[in-house]
Amino acid sequence: MGVQEQYPFDVEAVRADFPVLDRLVGGDPETPGEGPGDDTPLVYLDNAATSHTPDPVVDTISDYYRGYNANVHRGIHQLSQEASVAYEQAHDTVADFVGAAGREEIVFTKNTTEAMNLVAYAWGLEELGPGDNVVLSEMEHHASLVTWQQIGKRTGADVRFIDVTDEGRLDMDDAAALIDDDTEMVSVVHVSNTLGTVNPIAELAELAHDHGAYIFADGAQSVPNRPVDVKELGVDFLAFSGHKMCGPTGIGALYGREELLDAMQPYLYGGDMIRRVSFEDSTWEDLPWKFEAGTPSIAQGIAFAAAIDYLDDIGMDRVEAHEDLLAEYAYDELEALGGVEIYGPPGDERGGLVAFNVEGVHAHDLSSILNDYGVAIRAGDHCTQPLHDEMGIAASARASFYIYNTVEEIDALVDAVREARDLFA
Amino acid sequence: MGLGSDMYRQQILDHYKNPRNYGELEDPDFTHIGENPSCGDTIRMEVALDDAEETIEAVRFTGDGCAISMASASMLSERLHGMAVDDLDALDTDDITEMLGVDISPMRVKCAVLGRQVAQDGSKIHRGELDPDDRTNLEA
Ligand SMILES: Cc1ncc(COP(=O)(O)O)c(C=O)c1O
Repeated sequence: MGVQEQYPFDVEAVRADFPVLDRLVGGDPETPGEGPGDDTPLVYLDNAATSHTPDPVVDTISDYYRGYNANVHRGIHQLSQEASVAYEQAHDTVADFVGAAGREEIVFTKNTTEAMNLVAYAWGLEELGPGDNVVLSEMEHHASLVTWQQIGKRTGADVRFIDVTDEGRLDMDDAAALIDDDTEMVSVVHVSNTLGTVNPIAELAELAHDHGAYIFADGAQSVPNRPVDVKELGVDFLAFSGHKMCGPTGIGALYGREELLDAMQPYLYGGDMIRRVSFEDSTWEDLPWKFEAGTPSIAQGIAFAAAIDYLDDIGMDRVEAHEDLLAEYAYDELEALGGVEIYGPPGDERGGLVAFNVEGVHAHDLSSILNDYGVAIRAGDHCTQPLHDEMGIAASARASFYIYNTVEEIDALVDAVREARDLFA
Repeated sequence: MGLGSDMYRQQILDHYKNPRNYGELEDPDFTHIGENPSCGDTIRMEVALDDAEETIEAVRFTGDGCAISMASASMLSERLHGMAVDDLDALDTDDITEMLGVDISPMRVKCAVLGRQVAQDGSKIHRGELDPDDRTNLEA
């Protein structure tokens, strides 16, 4: 049994930190938690949608609420100081994780989507106008696609889409043709949540900068799964979500180069983000607080840093190696099954997910049947409707992997897919 | 067995693989199309009424989608033959799940009821009670 021996870390030890992985499913979906009829082991392969949360991170949330819950930046009392320090230091941890200079380059947001909107509103609405263009790719998640599309409509800027080749890669000739001296922003997904493609962000960054444009990488699927360094990539902005990387929901981050964030006006106004307010006017707090108006997600921010500590303990290069191993294994096994169409590049050149369709079985039917075998996958358009239109399909099934997934779980997926295929044959 | 396999009992698979009343009518009184964009389910229903426009005389449908939406439309098309228009209006979600004879998981209900919604909306448009530009969209 060769593949398991290649695990780059002790997967069983990691699994022990995620009690949810031991739960049984199959009962009544209207009553959360285990109940009558729940007798099938869970095989959770929907990590690109959201990952599970390990005990140390859950403990961090509970420690905060039990021990030092207080508002940040507002109190002189000890609890507020403890909360403020932990919340601020969480920014340092996130900054370190992606190679940013410091906390002034990391704005906490609700998620990737909000980070994208922050730049679109604070920078895009101000800077874009008729004659300008923004270059996206055809494989953008709606988080970036819809955002720039609507900002384009409001400002009169043209929004362009780099072609995706039949192999599921960006057509870099098309990119070179689309990015011109009127391009103000290139906003491209780092790892596609549908195709699994790892896009050449550094190359795109160079192209963008050669034309005086900025580059924004959507790191929602890359930051959780591989080492990402903003300096190495050469990006001006990077967005990612805590809930896809062992953290809680309600927290994400925008990395922005300090001078750019500095020049941008706030996008939300209110408390916490101001320095001095009169009836006539206001001045803004330092970075990053200028962009964090109102009481932030304090427990979530602190837990986000705990999630990063957890991943750092494993080591991001080893996380990537594990993802690669599982993605390649899943790709090969699904392909060997027959009657399965897989989207995107070959198994050894992708992030940790595989989207596919089984001949004659709608993805939703497939997902319903897999659910009977305890196998949780995503079925639908994965928030890439235009890409699905381009591929000529309405929906696809997607299995996505994380640090706690095993080869045996992929075998369970493949067995269940076979059953579904045969049921519909 | 959980909901999933139950949902795919023989009857549903049979209607999915061999849909009844699949196709178009020569001279329908109304035609309507509806969709669930995120599923990609699309159903087009054509209905012919009697002279008094009180009773459904013939139904044909075409469509593309998951087994639940297609089987439901197929079974519904059989039920609609000879049904009073008033009774079509009164069909609710429970009637559809009863017709399907299986438990439908909460996330799949909109698949199951798409055909019914298309027929009902088409009928309302025909009577002038709904804007003809309204495309049935259960996710709107
Ligand atoms: C590539 C990509 N971008 C953006 C998002 C949006 O993330 P969130 O919903 O956390 O804002 C996702 C995940 O859903 C994604 O996969």
